[in-house]
Amino acid sequence: MIKRVITGNEAVAYAMKQIDPEVVAAYPITPQTQIIEKYAEYYAKGEVSGELIDVESEHSAMSAVVGAAGAGVRAMTATSSQGLALMLEIVYIAAAMRLPILMPVVNRALSGPINIHCDHSDTMMAANSGWLQFYSENNQDVYDNCFIALKVAERVNLPVMVCQDGFITSHSIEDISLYKDNVIKKFIGEYKPKYNLLKKEITMGPFDMFDYYFEHKRKQAQAMFDSVKVIESTFKEFSLISGRRYDFFEEYKLKDAEKVIVMIGSTYGSARDVVDSLRNNGELVGILGIRVFRPFNFKLLKKKLEKIRNIAVMERYDPLSGFGGILFNEIRSSLSRNDIVEYIYGLGGRDVDDSQILKVFKEMNNGKELIRYVGVRE
Amino acid sequence: MNLKELSNRKARFTGGHTLCPGCGEGIIVRAVLQAINQQVVVGCATSCLEVSTSKFPQTSWKCSFIHNAFENVSATMSGVETAYRVLKRKNKIKDDIKFVAFAGDGGLCDIGLQSFSGALERGHNVLFICLDNEAYQNTGIQRSSATPYGAWTSTTQIGEKHKGKEQFKKDIVKIAVAHEIPYVAQASPSNYLDLVKKVSTAVSINGPSFINILSPCVPGWRYLQMESIHVCRRAVDSCFWPLYEVFVENGVEKWKLNYDPKDKKEPVINFLRMQGRFKHLWNDNKDIVDKIQANIDRKWEELKKRCSV
Amino acid sequence: MQNLKKWKELEDAGNILDKGNNEENDVSGWRSFRPIHIREKCIDCMICWSVCPDNAVISGDGKFIKFDYTKCKGCLICLNECPVNAIRSEKEK
Repeated sequence: MIKRVITGNEAVAYAMKQIDPEVVAAYPITPQTQIIEKYAEYYAKGEVSGELIDVESEHSAMSAVVGAAGAGVRAMTATSSQGLALMLEIVYIAAAMRLPILMPVVNRALSGPINIHCDHSDTMMAANSGWLQFYSENNQDVYDNCFIALKVAERVNLPVMVCQDGFITSHSIEDISLYKDNVIKKFIGEYKPKYNLLKKEITMGPFDMFDYYFEHKRKQAQAMFDSVKVIESTFKEFSLISGRRYDFFEEYKLKDAEKVIVMIGSTYGSARDVVDSLRNNGELVGILGIRVFRPFNFKLLKKKLEKIRNIAVMERYDPLSGFGGILFNEIRSSLSRNDIVEYIYGLGGRDVDDSQILKVFKEMNNGKELIRYVGVRE
Repeated sequence: MNLKELSNRKARFTGGHTLCPGCGEGIIVRAVLQAINQQVVVGCATSCLEVSTSKFPQTSWKCSFIHNAFENVSATMSGVETAYRVLKRKNKIKDDIKFVAFAGDGGLCDIGLQSFSGALERGHNVLFICLDNEAYQNTGIQRSSATPYGAWTSTTQIGEKHKGKEQFKKDIVKIAVAHEIPYVAQASPSNYLDLVKKVSTAVSINGPSFINILSPCVPGWRYLQMESIHVCRRAVDSCFWPLYEVFVENGVEKWKLNYDPKDKKEPVINFLRMQGRFKHLWNDNKDIVDKIQANIDRKWEELKKRCSV
Repeated sequence: MQNLKKWKELEDAGNILDKGNNEENDVSGWRSFRPIHIREKCIDCMICWSVCPDNAVISGDGKFIKFDYTKCKGCLICLNECPVNAIRSEKEK
C-alpha cells in the first residue's frame, strides 16, 4: 500500500486510472470537474489504455457509456447535481438495460436556487432508478467504494453510483492508502460481459407493451434483491486486500445506545466526536451511517436498530413531500415504527457543526412533530 | 451496383414488422443495409422504426441493434463506436464493423440535434441517417422543425387565422455540412441506386457521414399507400427534395448535384396535390403555394450555384 | 397472456437473441388487396424487390421468384412501380 495525501476527487480519478475502463465519457460540472481533469491528465500522458470522450452534455455522457457498455466494455462517467438531473432519463435506461456502469457522483444540491455545494438532493432523486448506490464518509471510503462497487456491478449486471459529499470530501485532502495496480487488477479481474453488440447479433433496448414490461421490471427488481448477498461477499473479499471490513451500514457505539442518529455521508465523521463527548457525560448515544443505500438491506438494518429506544434520521435534502425523505421512510418501514423523527439539515452546503448534531441528540425524544429542521434560521 | 446484385445479398432486415403498409422507412432501411453488405451495428432513436421493428420478443434486425432513447442515438453510437475503436486497437476484436444511426426528423433535427452535433464534431466513424418523414409521425403527426411550410399537422391545423405550418423546413444538411465532416448527402428512395451509392460512399469514408433521406409517410402525408415512391419522385422533380452530395476535404467543400430535372422541373403544386396534408392548398390559398414555390426556386438556384451547374 | 414466458424465463434487459425472428410473423391480415405476379410480362428488373417495405418479394439469382404473402401488407407499391405491368391486384376475401 502507498500512503498519499489527496482529495476525494483525486482518489476517484486514481481509482479510474487503476480500473482503466475502455471508455470514459464525461462532461464537467462543479464539484466533479477535478475528477475528469485529472483523468484527462492520465489520458494525455498515456497512462490509461482507454478512450476519453469529452461529450457535449451529461445526457450524452450517460448515453455514450450505455452504448459502450452495450458493446461489451467497461465504461464510466462521473457527475454531480444538474448533470445527474439532465442524464436522469438515461440513468433509468442504463439500469433497465442491466449495464454495469460505474459512475462516481459528487453530491451537490439541485437547483433552484442554483448552488454548487453539498446536499444529497441529486442522488436521492435517482434513488429509485435501479442503480446501486454506495456512499462515502471520507476519501479512503470513496476510493475503496469504487473497486467494491465495480466488482459488485459486474457480478449482478447493474450500474452503480459511488457518492461522496461535494467539496467536503471531494476537495479536501486526507491521508489515504492506495493499492498497487496489480492488486487492483487482480481484485477486479477481467470483465466478461453477458451481452455484447460487437460479438453476436443481438437486439438491445426493445419496445415492451403491457405483455412484457411488468415481467422485465420484476426481473430487474430481483437483481437488486439478489445483489445483497453479492455485496456481502465482495466486502469480505475486499477486506483481504485492504484490511478494512466494510458493511452495508457503519456503526459507532451502537450496541448499548439508547439514542441513535442515522445519516449518510461525511456528517458521520463529525458526529462521532459528538457521540464521544456525550458519552463522556454518561449519555448512551450512537450513530449509524449508511454505506450502501441501494439495495436497501432492510433486514440488516432492523437487526441493528430494533432495540434502540430513540431514533432520529438526518436527511441532507428536502423531499418537499410533506412527510420526510427517502432515508427516513426506509428506516420507518424497516422497523415498522412511527416514533422515528426526521431532521432535514445541511442543505446547499450549509455547514453542519457539532451543535446541530448535539441538538438532534438532545431533542429527538421530545416534541410531537416528526418532521423537523436543524440548521435553518427560524 | 445494380438491383440484381443487391437482391442477391443476404437480407439483414426482415419483414413481419409493424410499420404501416407502404411505409418509406421499410424501403430505406432495407436499401441501406443491402448497400453496406458487411458487419454492421445499427443504433436507432425512439421512432416509428424502433417501435415497429423491435417489439419484444421479436425483432426485424438480423444485425446487432441498440435502442436507447429518443434524443440520444448519436451519443449512444458514439459510445459503441469508441468501444469498438479501443478493442480494435487492443487487438481484442478482429472483424471490421460499420456503424449506422437511424433517427427520424424529430430525433435528429429537433430533440436530438445536440447529440447529433456533438457526435459530428467529435468525429465518430458513424453513418448518421435521418429518415425525414417531416413530422412526429410516431406520436400522431405533430409538427417538427422539418415539417414543410403550409403543411397540416395535428399541431399546425387549418383554420381561419392559421393555415398549417408557418415556417420553412430546417436545413439539416447545411447544419451537418457546417461541421465540416467528410461526407453529407441528400437522397430519396425514388432514386434507389443513387441512395445505395451514397450509403456505400458514406461507409467507405473514414469519419462521420450524414445522409438526409426523404421518408414518405402514408398516414401523415395522406396519400395512397401505393404511391410512396411516386410522391418522392414528385418531391425530387419539383426540386422540393434535390439530390446532392457534399464532400469536405481539408476544410474545402465540394458540392455535387446528382440529379437535375432541367426543363422538366415540375411546379411544387404537383407534389402538394398528391397529399392530404396540403389539401387546403390544392385550390385555395394561392399565396401560400407561391411562397413555397418561391422558396424552392431560391434554394434550387442557390444549390446549383454551389454545385457549379 | 398466460402462455407467455414468466419473468424468470426472460433474458436480462429484454435483450432479443433470436435475430430477425419477425420472419415468423404473419401480417397477411393487414392486406385488403394482394399483388399477383404475371410471369409472362416480368423482365426481372427487381424494382418490385427494391421498393417493398416488407421484404415480401422473394428473389433468387437476380430473378423474381414469388411473393411472400405472409409478409405482404398489400400496399401495392410494387404494382405502381412495375415498369411493364407485370403485377396486378386482387381483392382479398
